[in-house]
Amino acid sequence: MSLETPVGNRESSLVKSLRARLNKGDSWLTYDLGRLFSADKLREDAIDQLEERLLLADAGVDATNWLTERLGYDLRAGRIKTEVQLRAALRKALLDLLLPVAKPLDFPAYIKPYVMFVAGVNGVGKTTTIGKLATRLKRDGKTVMIAAGDTFRAAAVEQLETWATRAGVPLISQGAGADSASVIYDAVSAAKARGADVLIADTAGRLHTQIHLMDELRKIKRVVQKLDPFAPHEVMLVVDATTGQNALNQALQFHEAIGLTGVTLTKLDGSAKGGVLLAIARRLALPVRFIGLGEGIDDLAPFDAVNFVDALVGDDA
Amino acid sequence: MFENLSSRLTRTLDALRGAGRLTEDQVNTAARELRMALLEADVALPVVRDFVDQVKARAVGAEVTQSLTPGQALLRIVQQELTATLGGKSEALNLRTQPPAVLLMCGLQGSGKTTTTGKLALRLREVDKKKVIVVSCDVYRPAAIEQLKIVARNVEVEWFESQAGQDPVVIAKSALEYAKKQYADVLIVDTAGRTAIDETMMQEIAALHAALNPIETLFVVDSMTGQDAANTAKAFADRLPLTGVILTKTDGDARGGAALSVRHVTGKPVKFIGVGEKSAALEVFHPDRIAARILGQGDMLGLIEETTRKVDADEALRLANKLKSKKSFDLADYREQMQQMQKMGGLDSLLEKLPGGAKLQAQVQKAQPEREIKRAIAIINSMTRQERRYPDLIKASRKRRIALGAGLEVQDVNKLMRQFDQTREMMKKMQGGGMAKMMRSLAGKLPPGMMGPPR
Ligand SMILES: Nc1nc2c(ncn2[C@@H]2O[C@H](COP(=O)(O)OP(=O)(O)OP(=O)(O)O)[C@@H](O)[C@H]2O)c(=O)[nH]1
Ligand SMILES: Nc1nc2c(ncn2[C@@H]2O[C@H](COP(=O)(O)OP(=O)(O)OP(=O)(O)O)[C@@H](O)[C@H]2O)c(=O)[nH]1
Ligand SMILES: [Mg+2]
Ligand SMILES: [Mg+2]
Repeated sequence: MSLETPVGNRESSLVKSLRARLNKGDSWLTYDLGRLFSADKLREDAIDQLEERLLLADAGVDATNWLTERLGYDLRAGRIKTEVQLRAALRKALLDLLLPVAKPLDFPAYIKPYVMFVAGVNGVGKTTTIGKLATRLKRDGKTVMIAAGDTFRAAAVEQLETWATRAGVPLISQGAGADSASVIYDAVSAAKARGADVLIADTAGRLHTQIHLMDELRKIKRVVQKLDPFAPHEVMLVVDATTGQNALNQALQFHEAIGLTGVTLTKLDGSAKGGVLLAIARRLALPVRFIGLGEGIDDLAPFDAVNFVDALVGDDA
Repeated sequence: MFENLSSRLTRTLDALRGAGRLTEDQVNTAARELRMALLEADVALPVVRDFVDQVKARAVGAEVTQSLTPGQALLRIVQQELTATLGGKSEALNLRTQPPAVLLMCGLQGSGKTTTTGKLALRLREVDKKKVIVVSCDVYRPAAIEQLKIVARNVEVEWFESQAGQDPVVIAKSALEYAKKQYADVLIVDTAGRTAIDETMMQEIAALHAALNPIETLFVVDSMTGQDAANTAKAFADRLPLTGVILTKTDGDARGGAALSVRHVTGKPVKFIGVGEKSAALEVFHPDRIAARILGQGDMLGLIEETTRKVDADEALRLANKLKSKKSFDLADYREQMQQMQKMGGLDSLLEKLPGGAKLQAQVQKAQPEREIKRAIAIINSMTRQERRYPDLIKASRKRRIALGAGLEVQDVNKLMRQFDQTREMMKKMQGGGMAKMMRSLAGKLPPGMMGPPR
């Protein structure tokens, strides 16, 4: 496992590797789309097969039904007769779903510091994503600060410290056991005082069903709003691509608690396909910000719907 | 959000009543519903297929006894098959070897290996009275070793030092040497998270296994995992002789289909479940509970049995009739109601068994209903019969005496009187239906068909 990837053509090589990774090993949507055709005619169960593959990717019953009904309609209307047409129709349907949510993070110059909360259930990759993101933003010429808002989990502060050092950005921390809201409040004041562009606050992992912990998030938000009534400017939910249908519950409940403004999908370098993104897009239409593609500092890419869909469907359609 | 299997089966099957045995048609209809229910619960598709076939084979021609609807009969078969597939009964850790018994932890990133290492260490030290040493071979994740050090200190077991620059296999070997010298009973080896398609890292874990020869190789899997659980479990099982599975983060509301996927693919028993972040939050795995959860039933069957067992039906009926015949609801009646609730084991244990009950339970716990009920009964016990019969008699001086008698404060008596007033109001509105009506309305919240005729 290497922690560095060659800089330079970073983005396009990431996308290529995403493609390779998503299609690795086992089948996904269209790797063998040809099999759905006998001679020139589509096989009768082509739609069933697609349905199955969507389900296998964790797209969930709702998003899957939506997609297959749509394709079924085109099929019956005689608009899909060949593999190329089926692939194109699927690609178009997926893009219709994902293009509207592919909204990169934007840092307007008049917001300073731009306050970001990073939240999510346990172990999804919040802290790692913050390390990667800080690196990226610093490279883009922004002054970035990080707040060690996870004061609960063992060595959470030390972990973030290492990432802050790697990224070369200052960390505001009161150590383990401190009050999370007060750490983040202090960090926002410090970011204001130092004129930083962006402050990213880590938060402890919490299951969305834990009422008192969700209340704690609300409190953090309230406290920070004493310094800036418009903060946080971004509340990013981190979702693990390996997650099944529970990701929808996570998104809904975190949204209900603190109002999400974006999602990042991590661990797409594994064998999971991250189809929950389709389910979330369908249900919540939350902007998707980044995808995580590994444990290295450069393994983060802005979410690009076309690339994502190409990686899934193949780009020769 | 999800329709549970019971209502799915009831909806599709109970229209087709009459047959003494489940027909192939009925079973096929049910199979489609079962498939969807399992997919929604995140059971991996290939596993869903096998399981549905297994159920079909058993269900066609199965007898539908008089007291059950076809839907209930099928649900029962599904639940039994699922419990059996999940392992039937719970299995303990295997430590039967020349000490130190080595436990090797493995799994995807963030699944809960390090936390679970601490939980197992605590359990082995406290419950099994073992001398435990833990070591981290995670030289990659920032502060991974520090994390285990802190966890070990918290659970008061020895931590064998390792460093980020070291070779994991070298760490493992020296930890084993050390554990032998110390006459430790158990050595738990934490490892870095890895994806199953990272060849280098999979080779590393195989090498660690070879160096350690562990008695238990535990695959740690997040209960929120989706379809990938099957692929990943298979990939790990192909490289390592897994001996057991630990399902983490079950304190959330994930349906936990991963448990079935992993069990089916590896054939290895789930040994423990993680139920929280704290070190004590580890429980023995009970297949029947997870089966019910996967089916979205909560422990509905258990709930029904328990309710019927604990609530004295005659008593409830007597109370209901008495209330109906009576003009007023007094404090003695109120006490009887409380006592019935106490018999049911309190709201808390009932809620636990309902789907989504965990959330309600947390809210209820804040209110501490059990304690409230005890207090209320104590206060009413300290009243005279007159006072119970005519609550309006209870004024300041009487309140002081009652409070003293119950060992509580006057404000507690006031609180009880307020609650009593509210209940009395409610009883008036319900026109004397009382407990029986409450029971009926509880039954109304259960899926149709579940409260069927008694067996
Ligand atoms: N393969 C892979 N691993 C990742 C990715 N992002 C994070 N991880 C790993 O996932 C594990 C958990 O990451 P963390 O950043 O600690 O997750 P977290 O959400 O902060 O965890 P808690 O604070 O404990 O809730 C670590 O081993 C990370 O290296 C990713 O995109 N791909
Ligand atoms: N709610 C809950 N959280 C858990 C449970 N088990 C572990 N966690 C949390 O999940 C997160 C990840 O746990 P770790 O023990 O660091 O996971 P890991 O597998 O060692 O992670 P890596 O070493 O990065 O692969 C932490 O926030 C833990 O507190 C559980 O049973 N319930
Ligand atoms: Mg973290
Ligand atoms: Mg770990």
